[in-house]
Amino acid sequence: MSNIPSELKYATSHEWVRNEGDGIVTVGITEHAQELLGDMVFVELPEVGESVSTGDDVAVAESVKAASDIYAPVTGEVLEVNEDLEDSPELVNSDAFGDGWMFKIKLEDEGELESLLDAEGYANSIDED
Amino acid sequence: MTSKTVLHAKHIEAGAKMVDFYGWEMPINYGSQIEEHHAVRQDAGMFDVSHMTIVDVKGADAKAFLRRLVINDVAKLDVAGKALYTGMCNHEGGVIDDLIVYFFTDTDYRLVVNSATREKDLAWIAEQSADFDVTVTERPEFAMIAVQGPQAKAKVATLLNAEQTAAVDGMKPFFSAQAGDLFIATTGYTGESGYEIALPAEQAADLWQQLLDAGVQPCGLGARDTLRLEAGMNLYGLDMDESVTPLAANMAWTIVWDEERDFIGKEKLAELRAAGTEPKLVGLILEEKGVLRSGLKVVTEHGEGVITSGTFSPTLGHSIAMARVPRAVKLEDTVQVEMRKKLVDVKVIKPSFARNGKKAF
Repeated sequence: MSNIPSELKYATSHEWVRNEGDGIVTVGITEHAQELLGDMVFVELPEVGESVSTGDDVAVAESVKAASDIYAPVTGEVLEVNEDLEDSPELVNSDAFGDGWMFKIKLEDEGELESLLDAEGYANSIDED
Repeated sequence: MTSKTVLHAKHIEAGAKMVDFYGWEMPINYGSQIEEHHAVRQDAGMFDVSHMTIVDVKGADAKAFLRRLVINDVAKLDVAGKALYTGMCNHEGGVIDDLIVYFFTDTDYRLVVNSATREKDLAWIAEQSADFDVTVTERPEFAMIAVQGPQAKAKVATLLNAEQTAAVDGMKPFFSAQAGDLFIATTGYTGESGYEIALPAEQAADLWQQLLDAGVQPCGLGARDTLRLEAGMNLYGLDMDESVTPLAANMAWTIVWDEERDFIGKEKLAELRAAGTEPKLVGLILEEKGVLRSGLKVVTEHGEGVITSGTFSPTLGHSIAMARVPRAVKLEDTVQVEMRKKLVDVKVIKPSFARNGKKAF
């Protein structure tokens, strides 16, 4: 069973969301997701300043095995992207919940965080896969 | 019901992620297939290839039978231990399998064929051998470990006794030697030097452990695929199958044409060769982001083609592929691949991308 930190929120499409305060969240993909994908070779990130809506495909994680869309887990504006992934996509594998983060979003509605899964809910959703 | 090789427990012990490979439970990686890939290009890695099928062909007609059975000509083999890569075709010229033939004497040969095609290969060989004085014997009691990479031979050398050391001393590529219990061949599927070692199954776990202790990296099927693709070696089932001829699979070089020898598929292949209508297998390189994948459409001014195998090349840092395209497509041409709804330019090269630790084109 892979690690699922209890302080994060999750989407069933395997993104994690960390609340940084001030209506800002950091988004990445879970350890479980990177295990499924295998070694990451390219990560295509959204543009800073782009407006995204929950469920939009905003990034692509391309591994040795497959190209996989990454969805915006919340609605808002892209504030920052992890430029280190350009040269080191393997950070997604080695540190999915840390250095492998993908982008930050300024939430349109902070209440939206409540609609995401908690760690237990995400763990259950993986079991159902 | 999946089969397990005798090394299954060693894979689990090493943290392998196991997958079903045509009915065999095999390691796909032991953590990172890219690190395993680099270990083989830069140092030494090992693969459990015990699932592959070893078949011994012996008897008075062994040579005549194999001259009929496969498209390359075993009559070329005149030094004991020499190996030969070849295709085995049906009467329509379609590739039933690709294999390696090891020559010992005119009445004693060994074939190593793919595991995915084991049943149909054995049935075909049995059927074709009916009129020849040969015995065909599968050797499932052997396990097989491939040790590959620039340091592979040196690391294996630390484990060999005096007799075995003498047996492999100065062995050229594509040779084999029986050294005590070990059948050691300088063949492989990576584009690096090294050995493929067949040995009694009950000794395999010990050899695996000794290799591990000597610093050889266990490598899974994931790295095996990226290494063989970089080396421009075909994978049966992707780059060719029974609907594809050797002419369309970059295997024409393995066909020996001569008037007196009548190999299976010859008539049809000669006709197709004369017509010049068969497509061809080329290499593609994509230097921008993205990964070429099997099944993607290739668009050229001479018509459409298809990617047969594609991957990210860890050695080159970009994507590479093999594709079957119209024969009129030339090396150095720029063609396009349809990827994620966009047409992307790729360059056509000979299907050989990286060998011996470096770029090969």
